[in-house]
Amino acid sequence: MSRQIRHVLSSAAAALVAALAPLAAHAEWGNLNMPVGVTELSKQIYSLHMTIFWWCVAIGVFVFGWMIWSLVAFRKSKGAVADTSITHSTKAEIVWTLIPVVILVIMAIPAARTLIAIEDTRNTELSIKVTGYQWKWHYDYLGEDVKFFSALERTSDETRQLQSGLDPNAVPEYLRDVDKPLVVPEDTKVRLLLTAQDVIHAWWVPQFGMKKDAIPGVVNELWFKVDAGKTGIYRGQCAELCGRDHGFMPIVVKVVTKEEYKAWVAAQQTDGANEAAPAVNAAPTVASIATAAPQG
Amino acid sequence: MNAETPIDPLHRDSSNRKLTLRLLGFALGAFGFGFALVPLYDVICDITGVGNPKDLLRASTFDESVAPVPDENRWVTVEFIADLPSVGSWTFKPLVTEMKVQPGKLYVVDYIAHNLTGKDTIAQAIPNVAPGKATPFFRKTECFCFTPQKFLKDEEKVMPVRFVVDSHLPKSLDRITLSYTFYDNSTRVAALN
Amino acid sequence: MANTTTAHTHDDHDHKPHGLKRWLFATNHKDIGTMYLVFACVLFFLGGAMALVIRAELFQPGLQFVDPGFFNSMTTMHALLMIFGAVMPAWTGLANWMVPMQIGAPDMALPRLNNFSFWLLPFAFTLLLLTLFVPGGAPAGGWTLYPPLSLQAGDSFPLTIFAIHLMGISSILGAINVVVTIMNMRAPGMGLLNMPLFCWTWLITAYLLIAVMPVLAGAVTMLLTDHFFGTSFFTASGGGDPVMFQHIFWFFGHPEVYILILPAFGVVSEIIPTFSRKPLFGYESMVYASASIAFLSFIVWAHHMFTVGMPLAGQLFFMLSTMLIAVPTGVKVFNWCATMWKGSISFETPMLFSLAFLFLFTIGGLSGLMLAIVPADFQYHDSYFVVAHFHYVLVPGAVFAIMAGVYYWLPKWSGRMYNEKIGKLHFWLSTIGVNVLFFPQHFLGLAGMPRRIPDYSTQFADWNMVSSVGAFIFGFSQLLFVYVVWNAVRSGEKAPQRPWESARGLDWELPTPAPYHSWETPPSRDVVAHGTVQH
Repeated sequence: MSRQIRHVLSSAAAALVAALAPLAAHAEWGNLNMPVGVTELSKQIYSLHMTIFWWCVAIGVFVFGWMIWSLVAFRKSKGAVADTSITHSTKAEIVWTLIPVVILVIMAIPAARTLIAIEDTRNTELSIKVTGYQWKWHYDYLGEDVKFFSALERTSDETRQLQSGLDPNAVPEYLRDVDKPLVVPEDTKVRLLLTAQDVIHAWWVPQFGMKKDAIPGVVNELWFKVDAGKTGIYRGQCAELCGRDHGFMPIVVKVVTKEEYKAWVAAQQTDGANEAAPAVNAAPTVASIATAAPQG
Repeated sequence: MNAETPIDPLHRDSSNRKLTLRLLGFALGAFGFGFALVPLYDVICDITGVGNPKDLLRASTFDESVAPVPDENRWVTVEFIADLPSVGSWTFKPLVTEMKVQPGKLYVVDYIAHNLTGKDTIAQAIPNVAPGKATPFFRKTECFCFTPQKFLKDEEKVMPVRFVVDSHLPKSLDRITLSYTFYDNSTRVAALN
Repeated sequence: MANTTTAHTHDDHDHKPHGLKRWLFATNHKDIGTMYLVFACVLFFLGGAMALVIRAELFQPGLQFVDPGFFNSMTTMHALLMIFGAVMPAWTGLANWMVPMQIGAPDMALPRLNNFSFWLLPFAFTLLLLTLFVPGGAPAGGWTLYPPLSLQAGDSFPLTIFAIHLMGISSILGAINVVVTIMNMRAPGMGLLNMPLFCWTWLITAYLLIAVMPVLAGAVTMLLTDHFFGTSFFTASGGGDPVMFQHIFWFFGHPEVYILILPAFGVVSEIIPTFSRKPLFGYESMVYASASIAFLSFIVWAHHMFTVGMPLAGQLFFMLSTMLIAVPTGVKVFNWCATMWKGSISFETPMLFSLAFLFLFTIGGLSGLMLAIVPADFQYHDSYFVVAHFHYVLVPGAVFAIMAGVYYWLPKWSGRMYNEKIGKLHFWLSTIGVNVLFFPQHFLGLAGMPRRIPDYSTQFADWNMVSSVGAFIFGFSQLLFVYVVWNAVRSGEKAPQRPWESARGLDWELPTPAPYHSWETPPSRDVVAHGTVQH
């Protein structure tokens, strides 16, 4: 019987390998793990993730080892005879209740420490109000008079139409690029005040380690401080189902040096065109901006 | 519990009737309990001091007649945000976006709202304080958010908020954000009347 | 053995109603159980077809087949059909068949109620499936129905809510029936702690159902009044709070997860001892572990919503309580391992499915442990990592256990053996398919792919393609299952009275096939003692 199983298994595995072989030519197979990220918090979160992962691997090795050992050693086909006297053992049961408890306590301590760090919003240097719309983001640099919408960039938007006939692979950063990215300085504690106009959205940039819901009528806080020297472009997406085009409201954050940031803000202010989206008044709080965000 | 003891049919009839009555009583009791929960919650809140609406109101308001004790050594930044709903035409914004305040001192900030809907209407602002743990320490003595506001066509109103940051504000906070979401409530109010 | 056969000789000429009436007016627990199982199977394929629409669209980047709105409807309907239409009715069907047979009762305690609770389901799901054809399309806000998004639905909205109400009533009635049956109709000598674990886990499940289905009904009723009657429970403009819905929903939703998985623990706890030829290790601790899991399931709900912005104390509490669930779950897994230890193991199809359950449910459990770590959950939340996690728990968890149970008891039900070869083929294709389908989704989630999106950036293309290939392998191999069962019932070999020689329990003391009316006279204490767990 086991030979038969082995036969079926090996032929199935062979078929699978054959079917998947052409795929192996692609790149990006290495995208297996969470990014370490570029902020203090994201690194802490990554290390928590890896710690709990290795604990899980250890538990897995033990449990699966035990199972496989039993399945190999105590096969009826190999003449194993059941020892029916083993029905319970209070000692064993206490041991395998207590050991998990100990592991959990070991894990809970660093997790709680990171959590407290995440909740500490003191010494914020820059506050940006982020408003989720169906289906784009609005950024408002508080006290700077810089505010604009950030929506899916046009080429992606054309390509992603149903049966557009366009090749997503030909679009650089397909679905991960916006018309106007959020710009923040490096080495600065940036606090986002998240809210939404219509339905719940969630702001997530994996490289910053965090996501938080943007809820209508509620203001949530999320902060990040990109390490010095980590300038560059970081991408994310809306992470809470928000209707038809939930998959098409990316987030792009451009991290620049402090000097570049100052120059950028000044340029935005003189520009006067910081409301990039159409049909928007210069006044920050005019509701007619909603006309640019049609209901689904 | 089990089928060993035979039950005579007459006895069973009366015991069934008893059970039915008991179950009916239980159902009525459960239904009644649902309504009794409203006052019961108040009682529980009174006893435990959690989530009592009166306490919450007291926490969010402030008695100006009691002389506040300002904390001269501490400065807290308060940010003001205005949000507009996705329907109706309004202007709504704070006149200042940020204030440095001392806990225990009374401050006033003005919001301005302009009705551009082209008709008389009623609006209501829903307040929100971030972070959440600052909410009980942010006390408003006067606020346009307490009641729905009537607006005539094209009316512009300056609406003050008087507030005190409680000196018991946790030391882990140095910044509070007060946000108002402004809703045109004419349809809802009309529906309720 | 001999005395049971003689006790039931009259069953050979029992009078069952014939034709449509037999099913419409069914009060026999076996008929109703069969209807539940067939219903679940149909819905499993409908929900599965929707899953294949999802995976077909996600095979490559770009939108090839469906509009994003329809895609969202598919994810929403897939979840509703699988949870309420496939897994829950399948468990109720198994409970209908097995609980009376296992505790030595002639039928369920409330047979007409039983009929009613089944026949509510076709109406509920007709309402739900009708939404596919109404203006605005089927519900597309996710099965969690979060407002304000769910309030944007078109004409489907009231239909969905009423369908959920009907499903809820059906589940509650079914649960009441199980509780009353187990509490009142056990054979003499069958104490609560002599019951097979399947009855125990179902008893606990039934209490969970009675406790939480009204909560769901309340939550969706509030949505209904928000939508149509101007209330604002969840609308910020009227002073309501959209987050409150999530709290109420998950107060139902987390126990619901255990409603789906607890009976699976029961089935596996029956099968592993049978094919290890050894009694279950730690019977009592299994019962206590199930009960503590059920209790803990009421105080962990907010771990589904760590990103809504909770106070620190709340996050810590829900992190710790969630981690605590790993303890009783661990006890169960260790007990199953210890049951196999020093056994004499053979690998018939039910055992194979139970072993796959053991391995793959453990993987799902471990990723659940990772999800409990709140800071890490800020990364995992609403990503494909979560999708991988709960599918590992529900597909090779709940669904495999259901299949294991069907293979295990089919000989007793139908009197005929299934084809072991095709059964094993079904097993291997399912197990390989399910891993190819869901394992890569861990990678996708960690790399940053959010769930519930119809299209993705090209960096996620490779693993999505693998996942879709797995989906089609898994989906189509389920046709084999239908074939095996059909083939067995039609023309399988005659099964002996004990198809599995070391299976224990009153269900196996009955003749094969189980007579239409079984245990009309309760089994004698000797039979009970022979067939049940003794300490």
